[in-house]
Amino acid sequence: MQEELTPEYGPKWPDQRVERMLGALVCMLVGLLLALIVTVFVRGWPSFAHNGLAWFGSGGNVDDQLNAIFLSGQSGAEYIYTFHAWPLIWSTLLITGGAVLISLFSALFVAVFIVEFAPEWMSNVLQPVVRFLASVPSVIYGLLGVLVLVPFIGNDLISEDQKASVAGIISLTGYSLIAGVVVLALMIAPLMVSIFSDGLRSVKPGWLEGSLALGVNRWRTTWKIGVRAARPAIVAGTVLATARAIGEAVMLAMLSGSVGFAPNPADGLIFIFEPSRPLAPTIVKNIDQLSSPPGGATLFSIATVLLFSAAIFSLCGYVARRSMRKYGTA
Amino acid sequence: MEGSVTIPPVPKPVAAPPGSGGSKGAVEGSATWRLADRIGLAICWGLGLLFCALAVAIVLYLLVQGVKYLRPEMLTTPAAAGFTQAESGGFSDALIGTLIVAVMGISLALPLGVATAVWLVEYGRPVALARITESTIEAIAGIPSIVLALFGTVIFSSTALSFLSRSSEGVVFGRSFFAASAMLSLVALPLIVASTREGLNAIPRHVREASYAVGKTKAATTRRILLPTAKPQIATGAMLGLGRIIGDTAIIVVLLGATQNFAPVEDAVFPFNYLRGAGTTLTNFVYEASPTGNLNQPEKAYAAAFVLLLMVLALNAAVDIVHRRARKVGTWSS
Repeated sequence: MQEELTPEYGPKWPDQRVERMLGALVCMLVGLLLALIVTVFVRGWPSFAHNGLAWFGSGGNVDDQLNAIFLSGQSGAEYIYTFHAWPLIWSTLLITGGAVLISLFSALFVAVFIVEFAPEWMSNVLQPVVRFLASVPSVIYGLLGVLVLVPFIGNDLISEDQKASVAGIISLTGYSLIAGVVVLALMIAPLMVSIFSDGLRSVKPGWLEGSLALGVNRWRTTWKIGVRAARPAIVAGTVLATARAIGEAVMLAMLSGSVGFAPNPADGLIFIFEPSRPLAPTIVKNIDQLSSPPGGATLFSIATVLLFSAAIFSLCGYVARRSMRKYGTA
Repeated sequence: MEGSVTIPPVPKPVAAPPGSGGSKGAVEGSATWRLADRIGLAICWGLGLLFCALAVAIVLYLLVQGVKYLRPEMLTTPAAAGFTQAESGGFSDALIGTLIVAVMGISLALPLGVATAVWLVEYGRPVALARITESTIEAIAGIPSIVLALFGTVIFSSTALSFLSRSSEGVVFGRSFFAASAMLSLVALPLIVASTREGLNAIPRHVREASYAVGKTKAATTRRILLPTAKPQIATGAMLGLGRIIGDTAIIVVLLGATQNFAPVEDAVFPFNYLRGAGTTLTNFVYEASPTGNLNQPEKAYAAAFVLLLMVLALNAAVDIVHRRARKVGTWSS
């Protein structure tokens, strides 16, 4: 209709033109993402090519390897690429896994509490609190961790005997696995709570009422019907939070101890006090080496691993949320 | 609004189980609550209170430390080289840097995000492209910011973009406010898209149809009716995005440079010489001033963190106000 008018009477912004412009913008965004993936992968490829699957394996001291890589980049002699990232990967797995487990447990209870059991005033307090905790910058969590939690762990939780028992291998100062896990759990729990409680709220009331009518008490109803019906939301929230946890760099650079050491569960319970360094903080700590070819390739290969694992997790979350829409609970 | 009660109000319980918050009404007496259920409820209360306690502790602790260490002159003097914390100046450059990054980042992300959301909700054809776009946005939300930062160094070190940062002898430095803001806008983008979409989806069809019926184009309808109606959600998204921008550290550390002062380039006119140069923000200052950073001035780190926290709190309060006002105006329920 509009397009049949003569130009001087037609709208200044005909729909076709607007649609095409917006479409082009969106395509640009998609293109940007593709460019990002390709660039990061291509830049990191030399490191993968030199190491093969041994990149993911263990062997040697990872900090020494990084040093050798960076030195070879500066000296201009033959570039060294040898890099076995297992201690960093293991540290990422431990810290992310621990944090996700803790926050999954607590976020589920808090979400159930907010949606079903908290008195009005309590949920009115808790919701802004959760939003606030989600919006505190990671560097503030890191600062509080460094100045409050780490000294506490180092001075009060680790005994001198324990320090002496591993003194030959690693020094325990408080910068540790447990510090990273606790603070990371605090950082990702609010994200989980908000997605979980959205899911719990959108459970069909009829299902809950049916269960209540059968004489099941509210606690059981919530867990057996509500939480189960909201399972897609719980999967989505957990997965998204995991993606966030994998990519967390700055806070862990401050708290994890920044040693390329793989905490060994065989040491007994003390291993949670051992320092380590996950993948993402490794990039932050060594960012000065970006300009040297081997150093850059190594950092970009780490980024590739982070990018793919985080992207896979967040796409899984997206799929889980879509399936939720299919059930009509979103 | 969205189900403040999932269970419709039921008669007050005869005897609510202890601590179950009877206002929502439990149907059963406490007799059906077994021990495990009560323990579970106790865990709920405990964790809920723990969350509140942690939030209060963070705010109070930083408040105390901030009041103890923050001096007005810190906000007005730039960082300087010095041996003691008294000699080394304040963090005015960081404060201004945060504001610059916030303004530039959000002014890039807002139009881009709103346009993407409008396309997704109002146009969205071909469907395949809409699907791809949705997953693109999800993927961008999931990309660790340190990876975005590394990608930024590649883009902004290219010679084609040398006008956005410092370059000497053909080598492009690639670190500038432009570079950092551009990458930070990608951090804010998914939040803006999500909440704008939510706002547009909440507007019922008949509103659009009424507008088309009086001869308005889709574009005009979007601009004159849909976007103004969705303004509260757009504002919410923008403020959430702003919070992410001022809170991000990894991108700043990588793309804005490891300096604590402005480093303007020489060959540009006033605003651009600063924007093309390296700089710092509050998050970067806190990171560097913490005991694990290069400066190691924990007192100033506390002061800067306190200022940063105040900004975050102000943004949170603004989001709350917008929400409440939007609720008061009411929704499109018939």
